[in-house]
Amino acid sequence: MYTTELSDKNKKPSAAAMANEDPVRLAAFEARVAADNFIEPKDWMPEAYRKTLIRQISQHAHSEIVGMLPEGNWITRAPSLRRKAVLLAKVQDEGGHGLYLYAAAETLGTSRDEMIEALHSGRAKYSTIFNYPTLTWADIGAIGWLVDGAAIMNQVPLQRTSYGPYARAMVRICKEESFHQRQGYEITMTLAAGSPEQKRMAQDALDRWWWPSLMMFGPPDDNSPNSAQSIRWRIKRETNDQLRQRFVDVTVPQAEAIGLRVPDPALKWNEARESYDFGEIDWEEFYAVVRGEGPVAKERMNARVKAWADGAWVREAALAHAAKRNGRLAAE
Amino acid sequence: MKPLVEYALRLGDDGLVLGQQLSEWCGHSPMLEIDLALANIGLDLIGQSSHFLKLAGDTEGEGRDADVLAFHRDVLDFRNALLVEQPNGDFAQTIARQFLFSNWQELLMRELMRSHDATLSAIAGKAVKEVVYHARFANEWMVRLGDGTEESRNRIIAGLEWMWRFVDELFAVDATVEELIVRGVAVDPRLLRAEWDARIAQALAEATLEAPKPRRAASGGRSGHHSEHLGHLLTEMQFLPRAYPGVAW
Amino acid sequence: MNKEWPLWEVFVRARNGLAHKHAGSVHAADARMAIEAARDTYTRRMEGVSLWLVPSASIVASDPGEAGSLFEPAADKVYRHPTFYSIPENIKNI
Ligand SMILES: [Fe+2]
Ligand SMILES: [Fe+2]
Repeated sequence: MYTTELSDKNKKPSAAAMANEDPVRLAAFEARVAADNFIEPKDWMPEAYRKTLIRQISQHAHSEIVGMLPEGNWITRAPSLRRKAVLLAKVQDEGGHGLYLYAAAETLGTSRDEMIEALHSGRAKYSTIFNYPTLTWADIGAIGWLVDGAAIMNQVPLQRTSYGPYARAMVRICKEESFHQRQGYEITMTLAAGSPEQKRMAQDALDRWWWPSLMMFGPPDDNSPNSAQSIRWRIKRETNDQLRQRFVDVTVPQAEAIGLRVPDPALKWNEARESYDFGEIDWEEFYAVVRGEGPVAKERMNARVKAWADGAWVREAALAHAAKRNGRLAAE
Repeated sequence: MKPLVEYALRLGDDGLVLGQQLSEWCGHSPMLEIDLALANIGLDLIGQSSHFLKLAGDTEGEGRDADVLAFHRDVLDFRNALLVEQPNGDFAQTIARQFLFSNWQELLMRELMRSHDATLSAIAGKAVKEVVYHARFANEWMVRLGDGTEESRNRIIAGLEWMWRFVDELFAVDATVEELIVRGVAVDPRLLRAEWDARIAQALAEATLEAPKPRRAASGGRSGHHSEHLGHLLTEMQFLPRAYPGVAW
Repeated sequence: MNKEWPLWEVFVRARNGLAHKHAGSVHAADARMAIEAARDTYTRRMEGVSLWLVPSASIVASDPGEAGSLFEPAADKVYRHPTFYSIPENIKNI
């Protein structure tokens, strides 16, 4: 997911980091969180909680921002005026989400510049899904339907996450997300009901995006070292596998309803569990993409770095002008 | 072609081409806040364009809707002003283009609200609120860039210098528009020039910039003679509906 | 020069009659830009009719460590609440 632990596959949650904390305050903090109270910016919090949050929220923000690129790739080629406006508004929303989340992380004592620096230097991660290319218009449908769908599944519980500014950002984001998935499904549905070429496009997009979408929920629970602590801290509210299962269960009937085939021969309804059984995810591919070997990882990062570098003179000019203006006001 | 069809196409194509170009900034601008701002302006323009193109299609009465007009006309049939098809360039080029265009468009929409054509007047009534904001945004950025750093100043001067030659076309009147002006349908852009000049002069003064020297004006957009840029823009924009004609999206 | 645009706190009045409510933050180099960024970010879905922008650095906040001394003393001043007073049922309009 946008927020799963991507960087620390082999790192154990560090008990050592917690050992330095004042035990009385720590106990009070843990009790507050356990009682589902919110933590606010100036409240005392363990350093590890602050660090984990900064990492998770900034990673989430980066995912929104990098996520603008694959869909942005099709704004100028959207096939009708309505689709063009919808897609532009949708990608703009994702920019807004990044903005809300950077601001939430900033309340923890980091700055947007620092976070962007971390992204551009490769220290910070973002969701692996955005390192896959958007090859046809149907990919725009698949992203809205599957990628936003998976994101919503992860984000809804985060509206009750323990850190106030993060939770509030998620409330706003979830409100805006609801149209994203619907517009994506609508695109896919239209293609699936269209000409043979359009149908082929739709099926091909589902074939390519299905597995990466399942990977968005992160490594399986037994390989997700920080999950337990994150859940205890209410930074995460459900496990990767729980969310992934729910996603499969709701999405498969949506595909069937429009005559598309989910590309998983092992997919089967399990009467006893009242859930779908599904095939093994290619975790080797997942970790390769996490390592930066995604098909268009380079292009994505180059685009971000270029935008930031090309814009430096603009940001500078605005500050210089503000300084001049303030100087003149002071002199008056 | 009926004059009103022609006029609505001009207004619609201005918005479509400029909106298309602004949408390219989304995800690539100097600051997240600017991504959102330019996307909003682009959305306004694309929305206005859909209304104008629909009016053109309805008036023509040959069953062409806004999408057919947007995606199935070639350069010779596009009627936008040359200014809006100038490439985004750097942020200064984009701002210079927006500055000249939005100030014109604001004055135009204000007058168009009084058009005897009820549809034109309704579209203008909605658009004018949007466009006032575009002009405000562009004017402020002119000032920041003109009176910012040396680099921003040089860049905005270069942007203005290039875009300036496309201004006169915005105020030109041909037989088509003349006829509509007489009927109280179209705005006489010549009557907007003095106010436009004053607004531009005021913003430039605040930006500590001078208006570029008068130069030979470029025109041709209103009669379908465009720059080379438009062909590429249309190639990209129209690719899907042209590759797969006759299907729904 | 490598400095970030300052952070501003955004307060939105949803409609007249309601108070401005904190919505989030934006970065902007000056006050007008801050208003526009807030407009473009926080009112895209008709969320508001008025905006307040406050430089984040200008916000003075109480210290959560002092929350006890600041806010808890109010807890036992129940006489400030109308329900503290018992008035017979038959007395009206009070
Ligand atoms: Fe999002
Ligand atoms: Fe989304």
